[in-house]
Amino acid sequence: MSVAIKVENLSKAYHLGQIGTGTISNDLARWYANIRGTEDPFLKVGETNVRDSIGTSNIVWSLKDINFEIQQGEAVGIIGRNGAGKSTLLKILSKITAPTTGKISGRGRIASLLEVGTGFHPELSGRENIFLNGAILGMRKKEIQHKLQEIIDFSGIERYIDTPVKRYSSGMYVRLAFAVAAYLESEILIVDEVLAVGDAEFQKKCLGKMNEVSKGEGRTVLFVSHNMSAIQKLCKKAILLENGHITFNGQTDKAIEKYIKITKASKSIYEIPIPLTIDEIHAYAHQLRIEDLNGELLKEIPVGLPWQIVVEFIVNKPTSHFIIAIGINNSLETNVRTSWSEEQYMQAGRYTAIFQQNDLILATDTYYVTVGLSSYERSIQYLENIATFTVSDALYSGLDKTIIRTTGTGIILNPMRIKILRN
Amino acid sequence: MHNDEHDWVIESKGSLFDLKLNEVWAYRDLLVLLVRRDFVSFYKQTILGPLWFFIQPLFTTVIFTFIFGNLAGISTDGLPKPLFYMAGITAWNYFADCLNKTSTVFRDNAGIFGKVYFPRLIVPLSIVASNLIRFGVQMILFLILLGFYYFSGAKFHPTSIIILFPFIVILMALLGLGAGMIISAMTTKYRDLTFLVGFGVQLLMYATTVIYPLSTALDKYPKYAWIIEYNPMTPIIETFRYGFLGEGSFSWGSLGYVTFVTLVLLTFGILIFNKVERNFVDTV
Repeated sequence: MSVAIKVENLSKAYHLGQIGTGTISNDLARWYANIRGTEDPFLKVGETNVRDSIGTSNIVWSLKDINFEIQQGEAVGIIGRNGAGKSTLLKILSKITAPTTGKISGRGRIASLLEVGTGFHPELSGRENIFLNGAILGMRKKEIQHKLQEIIDFSGIERYIDTPVKRYSSGMYVRLAFAVAAYLESEILIVDEVLAVGDAEFQKKCLGKMNEVSKGEGRTVLFVSHNMSAIQKLCKKAILLENGHITFNGQTDKAIEKYIKITKASKSIYEIPIPLTIDEIHAYAHQLRIEDLNGELLKEIPVGLPWQIVVEFIVNKPTSHFIIAIGINNSLETNVRTSWSEEQYMQAGRYTAIFQQNDLILATDTYYVTVGLSSYERSIQYLENIATFTVSDALYSGLDKTIIRTTGTGIILNPMRIKILRN
Repeated sequence: MHNDEHDWVIESKGSLFDLKLNEVWAYRDLLVLLVRRDFVSFYKQTILGPLWFFIQPLFTTVIFTFIFGNLAGISTDGLPKPLFYMAGITAWNYFADCLNKTSTVFRDNAGIFGKVYFPRLIVPLSIVASNLIRFGVQMILFLILLGFYYFSGAKFHPTSIIILFPFIVILMALLGLGAGMIISAMTTKYRDLTFLVGFGVQLLMYATTVIYPLSTALDKYPKYAWIIEYNPMTPIIETFRYGFLGEGSFSWGSLGYVTFVTLVLLTFGILIFNKVERNFVDTV
């Protein structure tokens, strides 16, 4: 077997913040360093991409010193939390953006599907869009013509093929778009989450096609997804990315095991970095704890146990119409709930806000907490996904006995009032 | 097969002079399809369809004839006014469309460019090509008008310089392309330029001999007419008029000057475009 893709010391830095005045002077400094042959002065102070702490520089390494090899004919999954660098890696592999340092070399034509239906024009018919989209993905017109009937058959929308795609339902649109992509002829295929679209039946069809591509036709496939079961089905090997580093590269099952471990929180006290603008800011949170109602720290919350989130914060200057709020997202980034304190006038001083949760039963999952401080509904401090907590699959003894399972049963487990009447 | 064998490499810095023309060639079908898309989507769901290509130059000509020709009484070198203006407008529109559209390439196509790779140069090339179709249609209108005046005995005579027409079209295309690519590369970071181009192109028309002949400008503002003379679009339009209508200031020297400026702008444009396309997704 030979190497299809070889990645060596690959890194990618991003500049945070806005482009505005000051950009030109930085650009000139960078340009001057470049012609003198010295290192970029703004890249030295880089740090890894840890989202939940505020860094000191505005350079972040989205990928840092990545090395791996993929053999020809392998199907490899890339997994990791949001922001771990998966998309950046795909973008570099697809030549959409260039790496900051490092090198990738490989054999064979690459086709990448970071999105289905790129370049579809709403006014053109389905048929015309097959040609346009195919050409954008790198197919020659002849190739497309040759496969046109197969593509139309796979999409299952033959009847509408000469209708402008703006009249399509979103499902039809996706079907057509994936069909074009499915018939790409390339030695290496890079796929990003496209399976998350379409109805269940079509998803199954897509997965089948991908399987065929990697196993049957012996092509190299790189597949990024949050859908672990899809990764398990398609890929024998997987790469786990964490904050821009590869922390595991090997068997899929082991990679997924590790992935699940890192997504689970093991902390119950979160120290929040103090903002750099401490003198100007009216108020800021500096610590967050996850506790039971007696104030004992909780590493994991058994399903149904009442718990609380405690936020320690400091008010620097007297602030009117002050509100502190928390938001909770689950692991699929669905917003589960948001809660606001009552608007009030705050003297300067140290405060503790306690958010108690005693009536809602959350299902087993990892949850992310976002904290916001505001005055007159204008944000003072906004800390996105600053903490995580896990509702474990252990059951609280006081849990309603009608709850049979705690996973795969939705987000909220509170029983409804159920009556069964005999007629 | 040896392990070190590879047929492509992705690195942080590419060669500035590697224009990847072989890639552009490999994607030539895309170029054709993009031109087709622009053409077809332009008149889909319109009643007049491709007739819209005629309407804009026709109305502009009528208005220019009334305002600049009759109301302001600006000389047209003795040529029939509509013919004089339409010659200027047709040529100017092609250049302006190429420049305007090319200068927003990265912004307009950020969605596609951010999701799939193909040689980015394809898009500016497709813009120039699809504007060429539009220009061709408008040239037909101009030729109809020319024929009408010719047979009604108006005083003008095409000269042998008319054979330079294809060359002039290429010059306009490349000039618009070169300048547009420079601007597009810079707008990925500094949006300010977008605003500048919007009205800059409009103002530039007044510094070009669209609504007046160069001879009048030299006559009335001998001190400042050099601005108009050194504007690379002026010799192009003057040559165009001289070829078709027999009036205008044509000289090989000024044509040589335009060719030089065009080549410089184009080279610079391609280089800077080539450099920016590698990373623009991060800043746009």
